[in-house]
Order: sequence, then structure tokens, then C-alpha cells
Amino acid sequence: MKTQHPLARTPVTARAWPFLIDAAVAACALALFFALVSTGAYWLGKPVPVVPISHSIGALPVYAFYSIVRIGIAYLLSLIFAIAYGYTAVYNPRLEAWMIAVLDILQSIPVLSFLPPVVLAMVALVPGHQMGIEMGVILLIFTGQVWNLAFSFYSSLKTIPREMQEASLIYRYSAWQRFWQLQMPFAAIGLVWNSIVSVAGGWFALMACEMFTMGTRNFQLPGLGSYLETAAVSGDMRALVAGFAVVILIVVATDQLAWRPLIAWSDKFKFEQVESADRVASPILELLRRSSLLSSLPGRIWHSFEEPIYRRMAQTRDCRIVHPLDEGRARGKASAGLWALAVAAIIVVGWGAAQAILMLRTVTWPDLRLLLEGAGATFLRVNTALLISAAWTIPVGVAIGFSPKLARFVQPLAQVMASVPATAFFPILLIGLVKIGGGLGIGSIALMLLGTQWYILFNVIAGAMSIPSDLREVSSLCHFTRWQRWTKLILPGIFPYLITGMVTASGGAWNASVFAEYSHVKDHTLQTIGLGAQIDAATDSGRFPILLLATIMISVMVVTMNRLIWRRLYRLAETRYKLEG
Amino acid sequence: MQETGIPTQTPAPAPVPVVDAIIRAEKIEKYYAQPSENRIQVISATDLSIVPGEILALLGPSGSGKSTMLRMLTGLSTPTAGQVYWHEKPIADAEINVSIVFQSFALFPWLTVLENVEAPLQARGVAPDVRRDRSMKMLDTVGLDGFEAAYPKELSGGMKQRVGFARALVVEPEVLFMDEPFSALDVLTAENLRSELLELWANKTMPTKAVFLVTHNIEEAVLLADRIIVFGRNPGHIRTDFRVQLAQPRDRKSEPFTQLVDYIYKVLTKPDVAPAEAPDQQIRVRDQRQMHYQMLPHSRPGGIAGLLELLLDKGGRDDIYRLADDLSFEIDDLLPIVDAAQLLGFLKVEEGDAAITPSGTEFANSEILRQKELFRAAAVANVLLLRQIRRALEAKSDHSVPEEFFLDMLNEQFSEEECQRQMETAVTWGRYAELFDYDAGRRRFVLPDAPEEEIAASEDSE
Repeated sequence: MKTQHPLARTPVTARAWPFLIDAAVAACALALFFALVSTGAYWLGKPVPVVPISHSIGALPVYAFYSIVRIGIAYLLSLIFAIAYGYTAVYNPRLEAWMIAVLDILQSIPVLSFLPPVVLAMVALVPGHQMGIEMGVILLIFTGQVWNLAFSFYSSLKTIPREMQEASLIYRYSAWQRFWQLQMPFAAIGLVWNSIVSVAGGWFALMACEMFTMGTRNFQLPGLGSYLETAAVSGDMRALVAGFAVVILIVVATDQLAWRPLIAWSDKFKFEQVESADRVASPILELLRRSSLLSSLPGRIWHSFEEPIYRRMAQTRDCRIVHPLDEGRARGKASAGLWALAVAAIIVVGWGAAQAILMLRTVTWPDLRLLLEGAGATFLRVNTALLISAAWTIPVGVAIGFSPKLARFVQPLAQVMASVPATAFFPILLIGLVKIGGGLGIGSIALMLLGTQWYILFNVIAGAMSIPSDLREVSSLCHFTRWQRWTKLILPGIFPYLITGMVTASGGAWNASVFAEYSHVKDHTLQTIGLGAQIDAATDSGRFPILLLATIMISVMVVTMNRLIWRRLYRLAETRYKLEG
Repeated sequence: MQETGIPTQTPAPAPVPVVDAIIRAEKIEKYYAQPSENRIQVISATDLSIVPGEILALLGPSGSGKSTMLRMLTGLSTPTAGQVYWHEKPIADAEINVSIVFQSFALFPWLTVLENVEAPLQARGVAPDVRRDRSMKMLDTVGLDGFEAAYPKELSGGMKQRVGFARALVVEPEVLFMDEPFSALDVLTAENLRSELLELWANKTMPTKAVFLVTHNIEEAVLLADRIIVFGRNPGHIRTDFRVQLAQPRDRKSEPFTQLVDYIYKVLTKPDVAPAEAPDQQIRVRDQRQMHYQMLPHSRPGGIAGLLELLLDKGGRDDIYRLADDLSFEIDDLLPIVDAAQLLGFLKVEEGDAAITPSGTEFANSEILRQKELFRAAAVANVLLLRQIRRALEAKSDHSVPEEFFLDMLNEQFSEEECQRQMETAVTWGRYAELFDYDAGRRRFVLPDAPEEEIAASEDSE
């Protein structure tokens, strides 16, 4: 039975001054926003050549290639950054609390609302060139991907058993050896699972980012997202279906060629004393392993590269003595230079935040009322989408989970479906809506559903499968009524999994709202009341104060929801509803 | 067997190092900082030397800071005060050559057996082929020939610890440290490994000059060691330090052996003789002997009842050593139960014997509900923490108090980890005695009959 919990992560460690740190982080974010907007606004006048997007099927492979390269670059960058970030946080106790607060907030903010200012700033850096948009989009995908990776790496480093660390110290491992033989292997499984989530999120954002309008100007990049949108706008059904097929093909191929082999391979990093029976099978990995050249060559190259490093490292003084494990905590006071730096940073951040707030003065009361209404509407919409997903996935997921045969077939499918970017479906959905004359109010809920329900489904399946069969037998021996069965056995049993799925889904739904509530089809604009719509509309008309305020509101709502509801439920799930073997 | 060519050991009772010490600790102390500015002394100023040619065992109950000692002597942990010297050089700057065999093995599960053994050599920059030869030879020595390509999780516990030994010995350490190396293994495997270790040591197959063993198993210490240091707790300190004069191989059943074991039991169970206190205390230190919370021994009420019943069957008095033997318990299993029974006034320890008291006899003879009553009375009378919880619950109008409240108070005296364990034990005892109930979800203590009273209270207020 597969009881592995793919998306589980340890809850954030307790912090001493949560409010202070959160406030400071918020100030930093404001300042950053101001910096982005002001550079962006400065360069807004400069022309950027617009690359026309073709919708012939012949262009598809090239476009797909571009998109994949974008995702690939962004993913590699985020992986490197995440590792550096996690490493720094763990080994600098002074920075740790700050860095984790930043992580915590940034991973719950919908990145899509940052799209316009980020792209503008990047265009400003590389004026008059397509490269600026390119960098902006990659940076945005990067921001969407990096946080959960960093968090996973950080919490892995934190949970390395003490005796393992002591062994690495007493045998005088160099930092290099510790990294490759202790830290990376220990973190590998978490990194693989979070990479899957990250890349799926990356596709979601990419589809939305490759083409957007701001004022009278179009920003577009040749890629799958822009292809789909162009096809939808011009009503080319054939191109739309073809583009769509390519998206699914890429997702399935990534799953089969990258993720499954990686999961199967990372099995050897499982930190277990006894070998477990269940394993993920990957034919591709088997194939690679069978080829003697492929299975030994990388290792050999790696060794010849590594040996000199080990030899050199062994000579250093650092490797000749045993370092105490509790050294970090005993370190002395910060130097004067560091203090000066910190003060300077506080002044700059404070000034930036103040400027950003000053910018908000131009927001009028009617604007604010509209924004608040929008916030309410979006809030309701996101939660409706969550409720609908939960309502159908819980019974279906439990039914599937209780039947091992069905589960074996459906679970991987749900996992793949969760990776298909919902934004790719959107153009099709829009055309359908225009044809039947429906509004975006319902359409946006449908879009959120498309993106989020799969996470809940596959977590519920995993939860149902984890309920021990003897408990199920007891419930039938005791002649539980259907109601008792659900309230006493099934719902508590799947609770931790359900919460994990809902948390992920809720993040996805907020992110989708930015994209889903406002759209151009052909000549007319479809929109509904909502924060997301206001973000898009403000982008369209270049009204930065509204954009800023809407982004702040959406972030505050998401962070508050996480703090007040999800994290508590998560803790409850961890303590009370954990099925321990 | 006198073929061991070692000249007769000098039967010096006082362990004054004649030879130069490899590692010498000078007045080392350890404190743990608490959130509340208090510092808890874990180990009081201790001198200790490790000299060539001996197996030194550090023996003591759990929580006495044995492992902390080991970590300070290896440089893994810096003493709060005092200094550790490696060949008379401060250990933080010396290129020391020691190994540790860990209780949990601490093997890297993603490396094969061979790679695990090679890793320390790799860290020292040994060339690949030399590395491989030395590791293979060492694996051969510990009897793991043919297992080099296996992963640790495929091996049994005993085999894993053999890998642990191979990895420790392959760097040819001057001192081999062992932190309860056999306690995660079953009895037979442990016995087998012990004798093999002795053989390696006696035949000089291992290049090690001294062995430092941390253990809570008295027989293990007597079986292996040339010198035994018995450690006491609260805070950790040396109770006694003596040489073992028995010739190897030692016979567990022989009279001198059992006498020595019995002697150590007596030392361990003897109530602490209050030593003259160190006069000036420049920092605010709470000595755990003066604090007002007793350290609750981590045992269950069922265990206490079981021990008392057994004792009653034996006529109300028996040697603790024999009790442990009958139950095939180790001291770490038995002593907490004895301590708990003693704390509750159910038995007395005299000269290594456990003697049941009248209240203990009544407890052992009662049926379950009466036992709970007696336990409740004894707990309220003798255990401050339980008394406080109960009083707080009775005083509060909603009859519920958060756990955190008491944790904060415990925090003044115990380390973070110990607080949690104290709280767990208190919860187990309190629940058994029906003193209070504990809501794990909300982390609150509540009076057992609180719901009814709550309703009554709310009706009153309306």
C-alpha cells in the first residue's frame, strides 16, 4: 500500500517575535514593490518590438520548446536559490527567523499579481528588447517555484538526526563532503516531491504570463501560452486542440521521463532502518540502470572531478579539527559594520515602504469600496470552488481509495491531471462561455475548479488508502451505520490528507483568481466583480496605486487565512488525527 | 589463559595517571541556557583523564549527562567552563584522532557498507585505491566479508553495528569512543559483539590505544572495563572511580564478578550524600538538588504495582540486583520504577535492597479501584507537580488549566526535553490516579468531572 504523503511538510518552527518580523517583512515587500513600479513607470514610454504569434500548427514544436526552456531555466534557478537559501538560514541563527518569515509569507502570496510590475522593471533593465519580457517572465515563474523548494530543503536540514551530524563532524567531513553525503541525500526526497509541485505551478504561471496587455501595449513571448491564447482569440479550434494536446503531452512526458524515474531513484535516500516493501516502479529508470555505460559513466566522471577536491579539502586546517556542534549558538555579538548595514537597510526599506504608502493616497473612496467588494467576491468564489471540489472529491476519492485496483489506476492519473496547467484550459472555457452567453462569475469558479480539485482528489485517495483495513473491519463488525462510518472512521482517517490537499488547492485557487476574473476575447472584455479582475483592470489601464492596494489586500487575505485557519487545522491534523502504525 | 603478555597491572585504587593522558579534562562543566535567563547545570566541574592501554567505562543512570561528557571529551561539544586537552593541547585547536561508535549506528543509509567505511578516509584525502584496500581489510576484520555492496537497511542490527565498528576503526583512532553501542541490539547479538571487541582489543588487532565506553549496563561495564567511573546525576558528577582487577576473560557467574556488580548497584541506589557545596557562585545557577520540583522517574503506575507485587511475593524485601536479574531488566528499566515507588513512599531502598513499606503492602494487596485511591493519596502527598495541577484545577472557575502554565514553571528547573518528559509522566500518573484529565488536542488539564460542573457553573451565572 502506498501511504507516502507526497505533499506533507513539517509546520513552521515557532518564532519568538512573529508579529514584528511579519510587519518588517511586509515593509520590505512594500519597498520592493515601489522600486519595481517606479523603475517600470520610468521606462514605460520605450517601445518594445512585439513579436507576432502565429497559430499554425507548424509553429507548435518551436513554441513548446521555448516554453520548456523557460520553465527549465526558472526551475534550475529556483533549485539553486532554494538550496542556498535553506543552507544560509540553517547555518546563520541570527538570520534564521527572518528568512523563515520571508519564506512563509512569500509562499502564500499569489505571484501572478506581481506580473506587470516585474515585467516592467525587467523591460527597464534591458530596454527596447524582447529579452526584458523574457527575463521578467522567468523571474516570475522563479518566484512562484522557489519558496516551497526552499522550505523543503530548510526543514530537511533541520531534521537531520543529531547522531548523523555528529558522525560527519567526528570523522572531520569537509563542508563539501557533508553537503553531498549527508545534507543533499537527506533532503533529496523532499526536493523531488516539491519539484513536482513547483514545476506544475510554473506551467500554470507561464501559460498566463506569456501574453498580457498593459495599457495599449501587448507584451507577448513566443510560447505555448501565447499560442493557445492567440488561437482562442482568433477562434481557431484546430490550433487550440493541437496546442492543448501538446500541453498534455508535455505534462505526461515530464511525469514519465523525469518525475517517475526521479522518485524511484530517490527511494534510496529514504531514511529508514528496514527496507520497505512498496516502491515506485519506473521502466525508464530500469532501462537506464540496465545500460552499463549510462549507469557507470556519470559516476566515474563525477569521481574524477571529486577526488582532487577531497584531497585539497583534507589539507585545509578546517578539516583537521573537530568542530563542536553547538558552535553556532555560542557566537559573539555582531560587528559594527553589520549593524551599520542593518540600519541602512532599515532606512532604505522604510523610505520605500513610505513612498509606496504615499502612492496609495491617490486611491479614492469609491475605488476602495469597489476593491473591498471585489475582495469579498473573490473570497467567496475561492471558497466556493474549494467546497465544490471537496464535495465531489471526498466521496469519489474514498470510493477509489477503498478499492486498491481502482486506486492503482486512478491515483497516478489524478497526479498528472493536477500537473496540467488549468490556465491552458482557460481559452477553451472562454470560447464556450461566450457561445452560451454565460458570465465570468461562474466561469472563474470553473477555472479554479479545473486547477484545484485534483490536488484534493489525490490526497483523499492517499488518505483513504492509509486507513488500516482492521479499522474498516471493526466498523463493519460493529454494524456502524453509514453516518457513523463516515464520522467515526473515514473523515477522521482522511483528515490530515484532506487538509494537505485543501491547503495546496486554496493557494492554487487564489492564484487562479488573478487570471480568471478578467479576460479579453476578440474585441470585448469579459469581467466580473473580484479582486483579480481589479488587478487585471488596473494593469490594463496602468493604475499602479489600485494594483498595489489590490495586491496588498489579496496577500493579506491569503496570509490571514493561512494563519488563522489552515495552519490550525494542520496542527490539529498532525497531533490528533495522525494514524500511527 | 595467561598467554596475554601484558605484565600484571598495578592494582592502584586511585586512578592517578602514571602515563601521559591522551585526553585530559580539567574542571569541565556544562550548562544549558534556559529561556528564562536561568541556566541549568548538567555537569558539575569534573576532572577526567583517558590514558593509553585501558578500557574506561563511564556508567550511570539515564539523564546523568554521560553522553554530554563523551561529546565534550571528543570536542563535539564545548564545555561551558574548564578545558579539554588532547596531548596537552586545547582540543579545539588540536588535530585529534578519535572515532565514535553510536547507539543508533548513524550509518548513512544511501551509501553502501563499503562507501560508509570509506567515507572517513575520503575526508582525510586518502587516495581511492588505498582507501578501498584499507576498508576491505577492516570489513574483513569485523566479519563483514562479502557484505561490502549491501546497503545498511538490508542488514540486521548487529551487522549494522559491525559496520559502525569498521567505520570507527578504519581511521586507526587513538581513542575509540562508544556511546551505548550495544543497547540497541538484542541480548545475544550484544554478547557476541562484546566478546569480539574484547578479542580485537586483547590481540591488538585494532590500533587503538584506549577505549572509552558510555553505558548504563552494569554487567557490560564490569565485563569489559579496566576502569569504571560511576556517574551520578543532578547535576552529573563522578560518584566513584575504580580499577577492575579481574582477569580477562571474565566469568559473569564468578563470585568476584557478582560482588562487583552488587557493589555498583549499591553505589547507584544509595541516596546522595549531600556533598559540601561549592562556596561562591558567580552566576545564578540552580542546583537541581535544591530545587523544589522532584525529578519524576519515568515509569508507569502499572510497573510500580507490578514491582510491589513481586516484592511482596519475595517476602517484602529483596536485593535490587536480583530483582533486575529475575525480571531480566537492565538498570535503566528497573531503577525508574524503584525510584518512583520510593518517591511515593511505597518502598525504601537500604544498602542495595528494596524493602516494601506498610503503605506499599496495602497498595500491592488492594484491588484496582482501591489501588487508584492509594496512589492518588500518595501522589498528592509526595509529588509537588501533581499537587499543584490539582489545586490549580480546583481553584479555577472553569476547572481547566493550559499545560503551558506548568511547563513554564518546570522550565525553570529542567531542560526543554526533560520538561516534556516530566509532563508526560505527570500526565500518566495523574490520569491513572484520576486526579485530572488531560485534553491532548487543546493541551489543557481538566478536572475529570469538569463537563457537568461547567454546565452547572454556566447555569449559575445566568
